[in-house]
Amino acid sequence: MAAEKATRSRSAKPAKGGDAAQPAAATGVAAAFTRDERLDAYRQMLLIRRFEEKAGQLYGMGHIGGFCHLYIGQEAVVVGMQMAQQPGDQVITAYRDHGHTIATGMELKSVMAELTGRRNGCSQGKGGSMHMFAPDKGFYGGHGIVGATAPLGAGIAFANKYRGNDRVCVAYFGDGAANQGQVYEAFNMAELWKLPVVFIVENNKYAMGTSIERASSTTNLSQRGLSFAIPGEHVDGMDVEQVRAAGSRAIQFAREGKGPTILEMMTYRYRGHSMSDPAKYRTREEVQHMRETHDPIEMIRARLLGDGVSEDDLKAIDRKVRDEVNAAADFALSDPEPDASQLTTEVLI
Amino acid sequence: MPIEVLMPALSPTMEEGTLAKWLVSEGASVKSGDVIAEIETDKATMEVEAIDDGRLAKILVPAGTEGVKVNTPIALIEGEDEAATDSAQPTAKAAPSVQQPQEPPQSKPEQSASTEAPQQNTAPARDEAPATHAPEPQNASEIAPGTEMVSQTMREALRDAMAEEMRRDPDVFLMGEEVGQYQGAYKISQGLLEEFGERRVIDTPITEYGFTGVGVGAAFTGLKPIVEFMTWNFAMQAIDHIINSAAKTHYMSGGTVRSPIVFRGPNGAAARVAAQHSQCFSAWYAHVPGLKVIAPSTPADAKGLLKAAIRDPNPIVFLENEMLYGTHGDVPKGDDFVLPIGKARIARAGKDATVVSFARGMTYALAAADMLAKDGIDVEVIDLRTLRPLDMETVLASVRKTNRIVTVEEAWPVCSIGSEICAQVAMQAFDDLDAPPAKVSGADVPMPYAANLEKLALPTAEQVVAAVKSVLYL
Repeated sequence: MAAEKATRSRSAKPAKGGDAAQPAAATGVAAAFTRDERLDAYRQMLLIRRFEEKAGQLYGMGHIGGFCHLYIGQEAVVVGMQMAQQPGDQVITAYRDHGHTIATGMELKSVMAELTGRRNGCSQGKGGSMHMFAPDKGFYGGHGIVGATAPLGAGIAFANKYRGNDRVCVAYFGDGAANQGQVYEAFNMAELWKLPVVFIVENNKYAMGTSIERASSTTNLSQRGLSFAIPGEHVDGMDVEQVRAAGSRAIQFAREGKGPTILEMMTYRYRGHSMSDPAKYRTREEVQHMRETHDPIEMIRARLLGDGVSEDDLKAIDRKVRDEVNAAADFALSDPEPDASQLTTEVLI
Repeated sequence: MPIEVLMPALSPTMEEGTLAKWLVSEGASVKSGDVIAEIETDKATMEVEAIDDGRLAKILVPAGTEGVKVNTPIALIEGEDEAATDSAQPTAKAAPSVQQPQEPPQSKPEQSASTEAPQQNTAPARDEAPATHAPEPQNASEIAPGTEMVSQTMREALRDAMAEEMRRDPDVFLMGEEVGQYQGAYKISQGLLEEFGERRVIDTPITEYGFTGVGVGAAFTGLKPIVEFMTWNFAMQAIDHIINSAAKTHYMSGGTVRSPIVFRGPNGAAARVAAQHSQCFSAWYAHVPGLKVIAPSTPADAKGLLKAAIRDPNPIVFLENEMLYGTHGDVPKGDDFVLPIGKARIARAGKDATVVSFARGMTYALAAADMLAKDGIDVEVIDLRTLRPLDMETVLASVRKTNRIVTVEEAWPVCSIGSEICAQVAMQAFDDLDAPPAKVSGADVPMPYAANLEKLALPTAEQVVAAVKSVLYL
């Protein structure tokens, strides 16, 4: 049944991607970016990278507390998906959410001030690293419970269908969440009701310290929806252009009322699970290999140089990004902590 | 030897029903398994099957009879070779097997009713028959004098509350297991699918964790879902989304995201359904900041508070009680009756002691008040109605008048609503007390199945009487 449907959707719409087990690149469907799009993607990914590096520094200095999960290495996923979306589309993700806040257009200062637990943080300093939201930008958080974003995202998509608008919700979770029961409950309803949702599995190969091989009986997560007849695709999540291409197909499929797609983004986080994780479950060489051969920012930088963009132009972007991040950090360190009276506000409306 | 066909119990809580129609006439021969009659409760229509081959010798309860008690003989079946005259002295009895027209759902209370109809006439009379009328007054200010009242069951009041709010606000919708085509596992959503259609009355798969998350996600965008749990026991699978996603998000988003959602369904002990289907979750949810928790005991309160809950911008846990669904009471007519959340109701004014209860505990509290009145003891009975926020103002004012307090609830005793009330009273009105607070609760055990043990696990009016006398040193 599942295979039947997947076949049908492929033959009816070739752009829906090749065999779910194959990387999208093999099907040759990645639509190349224009020079300006590459510049935009480069700038956004660099902004996330530099922001996260700064957050790591501030954490080390004791200005950021608790859990702090950095997105370094995974930038192409959220930037590519955001480029595939239209205004009004929604995003929901788990606790590794700094990249998503930036990609959805949240103000850098308010994000960094949330990390430092300050009054003008996007959640008034009451949410912290894992709980940032901007519904006015379509960003619904920022959730700390592994797997919760699958049904919550399906619910946002349900609301789109209920209202009869043409919005699509992009619901992110990780390879670890792909073994949670509620994810499959959400898959079932999303396909049963043809909800306009795209499920993004950010497969960075490690659920905290447990490699996917040690946690999953089957490791091809793109096929985890097949028993519900949800088509899936493996995507090179380090290549922002392939991410956008696969994202565009899945979003269009959802917008046309055809239901969900699972995109398994093959990606990699360079840092530990959180700041307190020394990442001894993998070798230094493995990380170094990914950085040297698959870095999403270097990949797009090389293409830009091929497009004739000068080193100086790229350096100018780098400088501007650094200035933005430094300004955000300055703000986040000088902003006052929440007033004591804010302890009891926003419990109820 | 003629066999008595008895009025069957269609559910663990059924007390009586209507004999809607006979499908065979007297004298006709019947085979085991033939449908011979249809009976109706306020929840459902069921078919009655013959339990033996033979001849329908006599119809004892004519079609159209209402209020036929469970286990009443409704007909006699005799073997083909027996003389009709023998039928006056039946010597064997059997309740018929019962068949539900619909395919029963899995492992839920309704289906145990349909598949486990008693085979012998050994089904015990229901010891804990719910009160059939709820005469308590509303707070004077809540219902204007001269308001026209209608008598309704709590089931009807809850349905009307949802229907009226769905008519009023297109963002309100109902989702849950069996809420649509089946008309509600407990028939609370009867008729809603027909009026509002599949877009707004949504049958979900049996997937509490998932559909609760879907409801909360929809609420994040401003829709106002009503999520029905077939019972609150099953919401244990979904408590993560109720608390982590619904209750906390407004706070942890610094006020940018809201969850205007109502979670509702039957809570507390039902009848003879054992431990996993009989539990009161009042204290669990009342513990959680970010939620409001409501537990009404009368049809009027149920209607007025459910309407208030649906209009409220916060996540609401609305605890109903299966044993009270059939309770009748007067409800103000019209679609504008909304009660304030967070206000207790003085159900009975008195001066000698304060009895505080909620939900089905009110049944015991009011029965005890009647019994005590015969001894000249005049108790004030307070129905909390809302468990979070607790209306301690009303409780403390009463205690300052009576100087004595007893709490009554069906829940387990440890860290219960009664525990909280007693603690608050001890802390805030210690000098007003003439006796230590007393607490009546369910037994500190998982709910047993056996009829006698189940009875022992639940509080009684007699226990309330004894507790009141103890705080009066009588």
